[in-house]
Amino acid sequence: MSAFDPSEITIMVVDDELSVRQSLEAWFQDDGYSMLTAENAAEALKRMQEQHIDIILLDIKMPGMDGLALQDRIREFNQDVIIIIITAFATVDTAVRALKAGAFDYTTKPVDPDELSILVRNAVDRIRLQRENTALRESIDHLQFVDDIVGDSPQMQKVFELVKTVAPTDSTVLVLGESGTGKELIARAIHMNSTRKYFPIIPVNCGAIPETLMESELFGHEKGAFTGAQYRRKGKLEMARGGTLFLDEIGTLGLKSQVDLLRVLEDREFHRVGGERMVKADFRLICATNLNLEDEVKAGNFREDLFYRINVFTISLPPLRERQTDIPQLARHFLEKHCRTMNRTVNDIAPEAMDILKAYDWPGNVRELVNAIERAVVINKSGTITPDDLPMQMASRPASSSEDVTLADVERRHIERMLANFDWNISRTAEQLHIDRVTLYNKIEKYGLKRP
Amino acid sequence: MRSMQVVRIIPLGAHPRDVSFQSLIMGLEQVLPLQCRVEAIPMDIDAALDSSRKQYHSTELLANLVSLPERGEQRVLGITPYDLFIPVLTFVFGQAQLNNRAALFSTFRLHNEFYGMPHAAETLQSRCLKEALHELGHTFGLRHCLELPCVMNSSTYVEDIDLKPADFCLPCREHLQDVC
Repeated sequence: MSAFDPSEITIMVVDDELSVRQSLEAWFQDDGYSMLTAENAAEALKRMQEQHIDIILLDIKMPGMDGLALQDRIREFNQDVIIIIITAFATVDTAVRALKAGAFDYTTKPVDPDELSILVRNAVDRIRLQRENTALRESIDHLQFVDDIVGDSPQMQKVFELVKTVAPTDSTVLVLGESGTGKELIARAIHMNSTRKYFPIIPVNCGAIPETLMESELFGHEKGAFTGAQYRRKGKLEMARGGTLFLDEIGTLGLKSQVDLLRVLEDREFHRVGGERMVKADFRLICATNLNLEDEVKAGNFREDLFYRINVFTISLPPLRERQTDIPQLARHFLEKHCRTMNRTVNDIAPEAMDILKAYDWPGNVRELVNAIERAVVINKSGTITPDDLPMQMASRPASSSEDVTLADVERRHIERMLANFDWNISRTAEQLHIDRVTLYNKIEKYGLKRP
Repeated sequence: MRSMQVVRIIPLGAHPRDVSFQSLIMGLEQVLPLQCRVEAIPMDIDAALDSSRKQYHSTELLANLVSLPERGEQRVLGITPYDLFIPVLTFVFGQAQLNNRAALFSTFRLHNEFYGMPHAAETLQSRCLKEALHELGHTFGLRHCLELPCVMNSSTYVEDIDLKPADFCLPCREHLQDVC
């Protein structure tokens, strides 16, 4: 794990005596912990609603709701917060009750400084284990998603090769591809095969966050940094510590945010909005876009220096219409997956339905295919998906584009697509098209097709 | 470091037994760009005494130091021979205002005799220097350091003080260079 940063742990002191609150606050502030205080149970509960708290140092004897009652109330909605009871009126009975009700530890005032340090250090160790456990569980969840990358087509085999090559290097990766081609899955696959796999991958959809909020979203903010910043919040860069930051739709990032991001990539450190302390940046960057960034640079929408920073290693994902041979495999994969999650039994896809799936041009790419199969699983009754289970527009929409007017247009486009599917392997393409190799060569020459 | 920081050293209560201020000043000025001077100001610290605990309330003594009018110094460091406490703890070696003007420490638990061992003049002097550097470090904005070989490492036992050096680790020193 990256170096332990005490400021990531928030401790709340709940005690009716001002001097106790002040002294504990100052004591732990010197250790670098983030501190909060509350003078009674009501204030403590209010604080817990406002922000995440890791450790509570709780006095038992307080006017109104006492410490033990407060602990019971907290346990009703929060099992994770660590409660350490510190009381001036220690009895065996209250200690046993507190520990039985889920207190982490129990001590009496005044506390030996060393004992207090050990108590809190033990609590912090437990928090670190909890966080590591959560990160690992998330990693496993992500691993399941990576299964969704399916495809035997030469284009996808090439993508897999590139993922395998770049994953262990820690290099910045730019994933290109149309919407719905699975750019985030590729980012997760890279992360899961990297040395950072035990830490989180944090996705940020740059297109979904307004420019005004992007700074605090990425860098986090200190309490009071701006109107509405009622408490300190970690940014995505900090959340990605030790792991991977995935910036989706990077092409839509505003110019101000581009400058901010560039600075972090160069200095490898940043500070929270409204904060002074520099925080070390420790993440691998993976970006994705469906825009042509070179065009965006020329148009002045994307900084050239940032483009060169992120354009270190590029993986281009082919649209689904260019890898139609993968459609049957993908369709069956998602059929199985949706049946499992929805607890339905749909065993197969009828050949006529599969023909429609193969012929469709999938403007929404794999995402559209996933949705189509999900819909089919929902409405299917027979156990085999038929054309009736598929969205209407699929059957009616031809695999050709509106530019295809003449028969020759359609033929040219189809040959081009099939060549791409088989990575310009002439023999395999000709075989698939049911024509001989010479005929295929003639057609390639006739239509002026060139290998990309 | 930008400029020489002036530190006013003030004995609180009585002059700590067997402690050489001259030697302490030399030590401080070797490690940090400080100019230290001792001023024996008569201060009434009785209000900070908790007679039931037979200890002085550290935060109240610190408040006394804060209330002193400035006399051209940037920092004020109190040294007391009396045992210190903050309400929730059994004792503290010292206390400081984080990123502010005042700091103090007690020599009460720095004496070997407190632990039933024979007097050791050099050990006492070395512990005083480390405590002074540690508390002044807080006034320059340093928090407890997780590095063992750093004077800003937290000490809850006197042995912890003996283990750490009378110097700052590189990151803490870099911070001091930025702020001093």
